[in-house]
Amino acid sequence: MSNRKLETGAFFQRDRQWHPPAYTPDYKTSVVRSPQRALLSLDNTLSEITGPVFGHALLGKLDADLIHNFAKPGESAIGQRIIVHGRVVDERGVGVAGALLEFWQANAGGRYRHKREGYLAALDPNFGGCGRTITDEDGYYRFRTVKPGAYPWPNGVNDWRPAHIHFSVFGHGFAQRLITQMYFEGDPMIWQCPIVKSIPDRAAIEQLIAALDRQNTIPMDARAYKFDIVLRGRRSTLFENRMEGN
Amino acid sequence: MVQSLGFLKETPSQTAGPYVHIGCTPNFSGIAGVYDTDLGAAMVNDKTLGERITLRGRIFDGTGTPLRDALVEIWQADAAGLYNSPSEMRGTADANFTGWGRCPTDMETGEYVFETIRPGRVPYKDGRLMAPHVTLWIVARGINIGLQTRLYFADEEAANAEDPVLQRIEHRNRVPTLLARREGSAYHFDIHLQGEKETVFFDI
Ligand SMILES: [Fe+3]
Repeated sequence: MSNRKLETGAFFQRDRQWHPPAYTPDYKTSVVRSPQRALLSLDNTLSEITGPVFGHALLGKLDADLIHNFAKPGESAIGQRIIVHGRVVDERGVGVAGALLEFWQANAGGRYRHKREGYLAALDPNFGGCGRTITDEDGYYRFRTVKPGAYPWPNGVNDWRPAHIHFSVFGHGFAQRLITQMYFEGDPMIWQCPIVKSIPDRAAIEQLIAALDRQNTIPMDARAYKFDIVLRGRRSTLFENRMEGN
Repeated sequence: MVQSLGFLKETPSQTAGPYVHIGCTPNFSGIAGVYDTDLGAAMVNDKTLGERITLRGRIFDGTGTPLRDALVEIWQADAAGLYNSPSEMRGTADANFTGWGRCPTDMETGEYVFETIRPGRVPYKDGRLMAPHVTLWIVARGINIGLQTRLYFADEEAANAEDPVLQRIEHRNRVPTLLARREGSAYHFDIHLQGEKETVFFDI
């Protein structure tokens, strides 16, 4: 499939100052769900540098089309039609091929299709809210959906989540496993959200804001947002004590 | 001035939130017809080699309440100690074993369950064998970045005693937090996010 050489090095250490800390009291649920002891640092073993792979055969025709993958034949989801696209690279800038991306989101009114969801905004009978795709040889991906609405959530008495799409990402090793959220350029609600503000560094938050991409809109159909994702880089194995596979 | 190393920053994590099931296990969450099955629901088939085992347990918050909205993923070697991954350079793993499983915790009881096989031993970086273990990754509402830990088997006493990772745990009274105990036909492995019994979590 690819003539890129297989990589078996350990991943770069995660910058825990860049990620949100476990304990962020303004996001109240984190208070009793955050480990309090120091994490045990472990240079990667085979158990962390390996990971599952998912083939393109997994994907159904509409998996990357949230406008239609839950809709009745001939119908489509209600909302502002958008394309979300971008590239998955690692910290070295190398494209991550074959990365499984799964995404989920509220409908255009801010309502999730979930048993526990209580927001009074209406369900869209033609919108499920989940999709998935796998990056190509160079790490690129794209999917079609409707722009999600903002929604209220029980934290403070008047807390609202900015519009966002949740992403689950698989790289090439289990240590690269990541779940994050994509926000939309120009949304003033990003900066008042306790979950966003669990990230201490403004530049790190900006890394989660997708840019409106006028070059890739589909005229008279859908606007585009570009969202690149960076996974952990990995070291070369060349000069490690024991050559892997030799 | 020197040349820039040019490394990018990893995309920061955000919590999986309360509706992680919609994206990762839509059939479990009641969204039918989009995917045939939920990914990671079956790790074995009837041709998989090795001893069948069940792993089950719950995840407790700092008040002792089980999480009923969490998602657990596991990753493990096959019965011969090989990973079903392109980065596995030592041989070819059992094609009838995925090595990867995903399970949402039960919405009433908070229990997770995996039907899998007992993993073989995998070498540490220096060639010493690690004890049989399963790698876990846990996400949920209120967890800002996925938690990584390992499950070892309490009845593998000799292997556990020489495991290079378990040996690195300075506070020996915390080692049992990583040991699954056999109860009937299943291994029980509870995870404690906080408190006296807080599970050892790894920065891997
Ligand atoms: Fe959300």
